[in-house]
Amino acid sequence: MNKRIVQFLSHTILILGVLLMVVPIWIAFASSTHENVTILKEGMQWGLGDQLVRNYNEVLNQKGGFSQEITATRMFINSFIMAFGIASIKVIISSMSAYAIVYFRFKLAVPLFWLIFITLLVPLEVRILPSYQVVSDLNLTNSYTGLILPLVASATATFFFRQFYKSVPDELLEAAKLDGANSWKFFIDFLVPLSKTMIAAMFIFMFVYGYSQYLWPLIMTTDEKYWTVVMGMKIIFQESYEGGNLPRVAERFAYIILSMIPPILVVVFLQRWFIKGLIQTEK
Amino acid sequence: MSFLELKNITKVYPNGTKAINETSLNIEYGEFMVFVGPSGCGKSTLLRMIAGLEDITEGEIDLDGKTINKIDPSERDVAMVFQNYALYPHMNVYKNLSYGLKNRGESKENIDNKVKEVAELLEIKEYLQRKPAQLSGGQRQRVAMGRAIVRNPKVFLFDEPLSNLDAKLRGQVRIEIKKLQQSMNVTSVFVTHDQVEAMTLGDRLAVINNGVIEQLGTPIEVYEKPASKFVGEFIGSPQMNFVNGAINNNNFESSSFKLNKDLNIDNASVVLGFRAEDLNLKEEGEISLTIDIIEKLGSDSIIYGRDKDGQSICYKESGNTKLEVGEIINISLDVDAVHIFDEKTGKRLN
Repeated sequence: MNKRIVQFLSHTILILGVLLMVVPIWIAFASSTHENVTILKEGMQWGLGDQLVRNYNEVLNQKGGFSQEITATRMFINSFIMAFGIASIKVIISSMSAYAIVYFRFKLAVPLFWLIFITLLVPLEVRILPSYQVVSDLNLTNSYTGLILPLVASATATFFFRQFYKSVPDELLEAAKLDGANSWKFFIDFLVPLSKTMIAAMFIFMFVYGYSQYLWPLIMTTDEKYWTVVMGMKIIFQESYEGGNLPRVAERFAYIILSMIPPILVVVFLQRWFIKGLIQTEK
Repeated sequence: MSFLELKNITKVYPNGTKAINETSLNIEYGEFMVFVGPSGCGKSTLLRMIAGLEDITEGEIDLDGKTINKIDPSERDVAMVFQNYALYPHMNVYKNLSYGLKNRGESKENIDNKVKEVAELLEIKEYLQRKPAQLSGGQRQRVAMGRAIVRNPKVFLFDEPLSNLDAKLRGQVRIEIKKLQQSMNVTSVFVTHDQVEAMTLGDRLAVINNGVIEQLGTPIEVYEKPASKFVGEFIGSPQMNFVNGAINNNNFESSSFKLNKDLNIDNASVVLGFRAEDLNLKEEGEISLTIDIIEKLGSDSIIYGRDKDGQSICYKESGNTKLEVGEIINISLDVDAVHIFDEKTGKRLN
């Protein structure tokens, strides 16, 4: 009896939690399938409308921006390149720097690690002017390199990899040494496969971090070709406000829904590795 | 010249700890050498220096006529079995066995043949596709052995490989290791703190204490003629009995009894050592013992008691004893089997 109540309560809480997450997304999706007029007259919609194909087609293919040169598709590609670049380079750099710190006991390894760690206190937003100065001096404004490079150093990921490597038993390194593995091979044949669930997790976090960057691309790009999704959310379909037309609310909802897809895909794809890591104890 | 020679090896850790102090040792081809000693005595350090996992502060190690001090571990042609096996957790058994061969650049068929051969020998053929996590302790042990054998090394190094197995399996694997080593005739160095393993496996033992080899010899030599009080105490179960006393006119005298044997030693303060099995129950025995505890093992009985001075002494009887706790018995000592050690240095005097 008692058990039943506990079960009922915990399920209720869980279901409420799910609703809390899902309902806003549903409303956004449902609203994106109506005409602008309907939304402006009746507010946001719970049910589906009949404008799905038209709205999404509009979003993906209509050119926007000040000079009408950029489409949403282009912005998705830009964002994807930026987020993918940031996430993969971050993972590579931080796993390697953690490897250096843990396994090569060079002088100053510990102070260096803490120096890296301290950079957590100085996020991009704090150092945005000097960063801009550097990137602009290097002529990297309006380029993917410029979008990606200033964001690739990661103290968080370095820290997590360091903690993981420290938990790898020394005997493994010694056995590998006797088996003729040099330091490069030990990294590739042992640490990378052992930390692959870790790599997947880091990649997801960093991808979402890169994908949701707003301020940096906004400052960095003057050329509409390099606009990203999150910037676009503010800018695209806005021009119609100033004209006499209706605000294009439905299209913006469609745009928001589409912008969620890439991070979701990354999570879904890498989740398999997550779960694998949870059921198999490989250490 | 011996196959494996350690010449005046010293190891000092960066923090100043001296783990090994000017140790020299020659190991012959095909010999099974056991390093035995309490934990922290330096036996593992010595083994790891042979493997190349630990730098040598001073001295020289020669293997097969070549100085190997500066040679990379993988090129020394030694294989090691680790205490926790150190199997590669993300690789299956086949890959665990073949990884070293692959790094040496051997051909695929060659690797395949060798791995299959070793798998056959160790009866792990069915497990080749499994990961280490899916194996039992004994199976993992075999894989660890296999990884060493497959490389066909000049020397096997064992770092307490049996300590993670349960008692029954330990006995079995011990015999298997001995058999394998004999049939393959590979020079082996085995580190252990377990004196039963040391006695049963080794052709020779090196009893190590505080970074120094206290005694080097065959198991029986070490058992019958321990070179120091430490060796006598460490080797043999139950532990050797010790009674403090002095030599007066070539005779041993303690506060509670006297030995009637000409020992031919100068007068000195000494410690008399004798093993539990060198005592006999006798009416006129020189030691009288109040029994505290009796352990009946089936084949033997071990009787723990105190003499008149409260010195605890242990006596072993074969079969099931009829003695009882609290009883006072007289025992006599086999005077030919006593060990006399210097009280200060602990060195053997007779």
